[in-house]
Amino acid sequence: MNRASPRRDVPPPTRLLKTPEGGARAPERVFEVICLLALMLPLLLLVVLIAQAFTDGRERLTWEFLTSYPSRFASQAGILPALVGSACLMMLTAVIAIPIGVGAALYLEEYARESRWTSFIEVNISNLAGVPSIIYGLLGLELFVRAMRMGRSLLAGAATLSLLLLPMVIMASREALRTVPQSTREACYALGADRWQTIRRVVLPMSLPGILTGIILSLARAIGETAPLITIGALTYVAFLPDSVYSPFTALPIQIFNWISRPQTDFHVNAAAGIVVLLAIMLVFNGAAIWLRSRFQRRFS
Amino acid sequence: MTRVDRQRAESEAGSSDALASPKMRVEDLRAWFGRSEVLRGITMPVAERRSTAIIGPSGCGKSTFIRCLNRMHEVVRGARTSGRVLLDGEDIYEDGVNPVRLRQLVGMVFQKPNPFPMMSIRENVLAGLRLQGIRPKNRDDLVERALRQAALWDEVKDVLDRSGSSLSGGQQQRLCIARALALEPEVLLMDEPCSALDPIATAKIEDLIHELRKQYTVVIVTHNMQQASRVADYTAFLYLGELVEFGRTDRIFTSPSDPRTEAYITGRFG
Repeated sequence: MNRASPRRDVPPPTRLLKTPEGGARAPERVFEVICLLALMLPLLLLVVLIAQAFTDGRERLTWEFLTSYPSRFASQAGILPALVGSACLMMLTAVIAIPIGVGAALYLEEYARESRWTSFIEVNISNLAGVPSIIYGLLGLELFVRAMRMGRSLLAGAATLSLLLLPMVIMASREALRTVPQSTREACYALGADRWQTIRRVVLPMSLPGILTGIILSLARAIGETAPLITIGALTYVAFLPDSVYSPFTALPIQIFNWISRPQTDFHVNAAAGIVVLLAIMLVFNGAAIWLRSRFQRRFS
Repeated sequence: MTRVDRQRAESEAGSSDALASPKMRVEDLRAWFGRSEVLRGITMPVAERRSTAIIGPSGCGKSTFIRCLNRMHEVVRGARTSGRVLLDGEDIYEDGVNPVRLRQLVGMVFQKPNPFPMMSIRENVLAGLRLQGIRPKNRDDLVERALRQAALWDEVKDVLDRSGSSLSGGQQQRLCIARALALEPEVLLMDEPCSALDPIATAKIEDLIHELRKQYTVVIVTHNMQQASRVADYTAFLYLGELVEFGRTDRIFTSPSDPRTEAYITGRFG
């Protein structure tokens, strides 16, 4: 830069507070509109999808639809086994995935020392969360259905879904545990509490809303999983309710998949109605997560 | 600390009653974070039922020093120590000493008030016991006694069920003091307890320390020299991880023997 140059690099400040553009400059506005479009586009697609499913399936959205068994007559077919199957699957999955996932997160956050080994594990947990779900299905088929002889049962399905959820549950739980400030932990230690007492009475209660939110959101994802369940051989036509964890089963997404792949258009209406039910369930799950988070946030702030 | 200084400190210790049988005795204490040595061999006594101030510029190891007195230093990853810290003649770093039990005897108050956010004021005071799974019978008496000792009772006696984090910063800090006192410790460590507080709240905590030192052995870290001169019977000046000077507070502030101490207390650095 030429020092002798009298030219200023920065234009002299103007004393006028009002500019021709008003509040914001033009590029600022353009950027804002682009961002708004980026938000509206997926939102619009989502609304169209839901509206489409709703109008297509409206005529079959009756109480009978929820409480009937599948049938070869589209107008008489219902989703009861699929609904019950999905519910059982979710409960079993939660029972398996929550203790293991939260336990693993607690170990990594509270006990593990920093070493190559732990950072190797940490990286791979994040990688596992990105593995396609059909891979988990293949693993479940070989490990649970065949090697452990669980058969094509609810238990095998839940175990497979648990594998799929574990990375997400672990990561969400670790995130929640990290929100507990170190100073709070130190306050516990300084009061003569050991690690377990600190975790049980302070760290877990404080991070519980975050952990629960993560668990609910990952369960909401699992309830829509189709590929791994088809891979392990969940049935597509079930005319009974599961009576034990070893019972064969079907689930909502599988029922929908089955109906959609039929040539008769009447079954497509059933599929649309099933999609609306599935979306409603997911909405309830996500709503619960939001409610939990806001409720506890108010209590802690 | 030179040999002459150490002899002087020793002779001072010998001549003074309170230091004849100190509550704690630190011997050649060294502490590290990873590879960096933050305490370079500190030897000093902590007088019983007196207050001892640790002063020095930022980064001199004051906080690390006080955290070594109840083994809170080792809670941090990569932190370690060597040397001896005697509590009533027993080395707290000896094998077999349970740091959890030690911390029940040597309580601590931190720089930032840290009441438990999900607990009420009452629960916060009882937290030390509840954490250990103890359910005391005379809970109300215990809460009142601890809060009175912390000079907080009159302000909170009608709102004991409110959240601890609803209090002001100064009140929260006194709640933390009450929480530490409820365990009836023998030594109370305070790591810059007033640094996050306004002057009025600071004055209240200082008054409180005046009361507490009659009953407890108090060690307080402060970067505020006026505060040290107001609340401490003994003062230790730390600089770059070394103990430069230790002695009675009035002596340290009126006739420091080390030029670095003099430079620091007259405000020439730090």
